[in-house]
Formats: sequence, structure tokens, C-alpha cells
Amino acid sequence: MQFSRWQNLLEILVKGMQNQIKDISHQETGIYLPFAGTLFLFIAVCNLLSIVPGYTPPTASLSTTAALAICVFAAVPLYGILNRGLLGYLRQYIRPTMFMLPFNIMGELSRTLALAVRLFGNMMSGAKIGAILLAIAPLFFPIIMHALGLLTGLIQAYIFAVLAMVYIASATRAQQERGQKQEKKQEEKGEKSNG
Amino acid sequence: MDSISLIGMASVVTAGLTVAIGSIGPSLGEGRSVAQALSSIAQQPDETNNITRTLFVGLAMIESTAIYCFVVAMILIFANPFWDHVIAK
Repeated sequence: MQFSRWQNLLEILVKGMQNQIKDISHQETGIYLPFAGTLFLFIAVCNLLSIVPGYTPPTASLSTTAALAICVFAAVPLYGILNRGLLGYLRQYIRPTMFMLPFNIMGELSRTLALAVRLFGNMMSGAKIGAILLAIAPLFFPIIMHALGLLTGLIQAYIFAVLAMVYIASATRAQQERGQKQEKKQEEKGEKSNG
Repeated sequence: MDSISLIGMASVVTAGLTVAIGSIGPSLGEGRSVAQALSSIAQQPDETNNITRTLFVGLAMIESTAIYCFVVAMILIFANPFWDHVIAK
């Protein structure tokens, strides 16, 4: 059976993303793949398109990156509640003690801001550096920086998707660890009773 | 010295200082983490995938402080609210 090129490409992409998600979250990838995969593909294409002359990548605008970060901000509690129930999700805010509540909420907000500003800063700095170098040392040196910018863009897309996945995994993981511990205990009990 | 030139001078000098001082800490941190990750990979080549992924995520975290400084410098130069206020008057 002959696979077309496009099918090969898509399979590599989807399979690679599935493996990454599985490594990070130690869970079934089914419900995470659409979200994280879309983030990665969108940002990667945006960043790579910066190679077209005269085209400012959408991710070099704070509005786009803020919108993407807000998507992550909304998706984390969504997946958390889906996985652990409303109370189970809310309980992680008062962990380990009640006093950590304001810090947990602040952490949630500040990491959203960091997500937006990081992507925006990286992409904008790429465009700005290209423009400045074009003015002071034209034609050859800017090309090298631009090639470096392509690498940075792809890494930034990867980092954005991985960080979103890490946040989601941290919101969904605790219950699963408890489940694993119980399983281990049961296994130990079973071994003892068997032995 | 009138307020226009005073604000212009202050923002340009501060922007330069922001990037210069703000990049010291993150660069030291990134150097440390990359060196540590390389020696870990040299010790355990089997764990390269895990180490690399964690390294990238950590580098992004460290780098974000430098990016903050850069964004503040860019705001000071290109979108300075005080400068706009003085110009509009």
C-alpha cells in the first residue's frame, strides 16, 4: 500500500505530538491533542511565515499572543474540572495550606502574562533586530539573524505548546497519582496475600 | 533643560541600562543550566529526550525575565506614555 507524501507528513506531525503529550502528561492523549496540537501548528506556521519579505508574523503582536495565552488560561481549569470534578480542581488551590490561595491565584495569572509576553517579545525582537541590522549592516548579516530567527520561532512554538501542556497536566495529574498509589498499594497487598 | 529633552534622555538611557543589567542574570542562569544539562546528557545519553525537553522549558522560563526587560526597554523607546503626554501638550 502506497502512502502519499502529505499523509506521511501529517502522520509524523500527529504521532510526534502524541508522543510529546504522552511523555508530559502520562495520560491518554485523546482530549489534549486537538488543543495543544492546534496551538503548536498555529504558532509554528505564524513564526515560519516571517521568512516572507514584508510580512510581520501575527505572533509579533501582543494581541495575538494575549489571545493565545487566554485560551490556555481558560483551558487549564476546563481540563482540570473535566478530569477531577469541580471540587477536586478547586481543592488544589488551597494545597498545601489555606494560606497559599492568593499565591496560587497570582501564579496562575502571572504565568499567563509570561506566556503572552514571552512569545511576543521573542517574535518582535526578531523582527526589530532584522530591521535594525538591515539599516546598519545590510544584506548578509541580517540573513544569518533571520535564519536564526526561524529556529527561534520553531522553538518558541514548541515551548508554548509544551508549557500549555505542562500547565494542563499539573491541573489534571494529582488525582491520577493518587490512583496510581492506590493501585500500587493494592498490588502490594495482592503480592503479600499471594506470598 | 526643558521636559521634552529631559524625558527623552531619561528614557533612552534607562532603556539601555534595562537591557544591559537585565540580561546579566538570565544569561548566567542559562549558562549554568545548559552546562548542567550537557553534563547530564554525557552521563546518561539514554535520557537525552527527557533532559532536552525539560531544558527547553526551563530555558524559556529563565529567558522570560530577559524578555521582560527587553519589552520594558521597547516600551520606553517606542511607546513611552510620558513622552506622548509631553508631545501632546
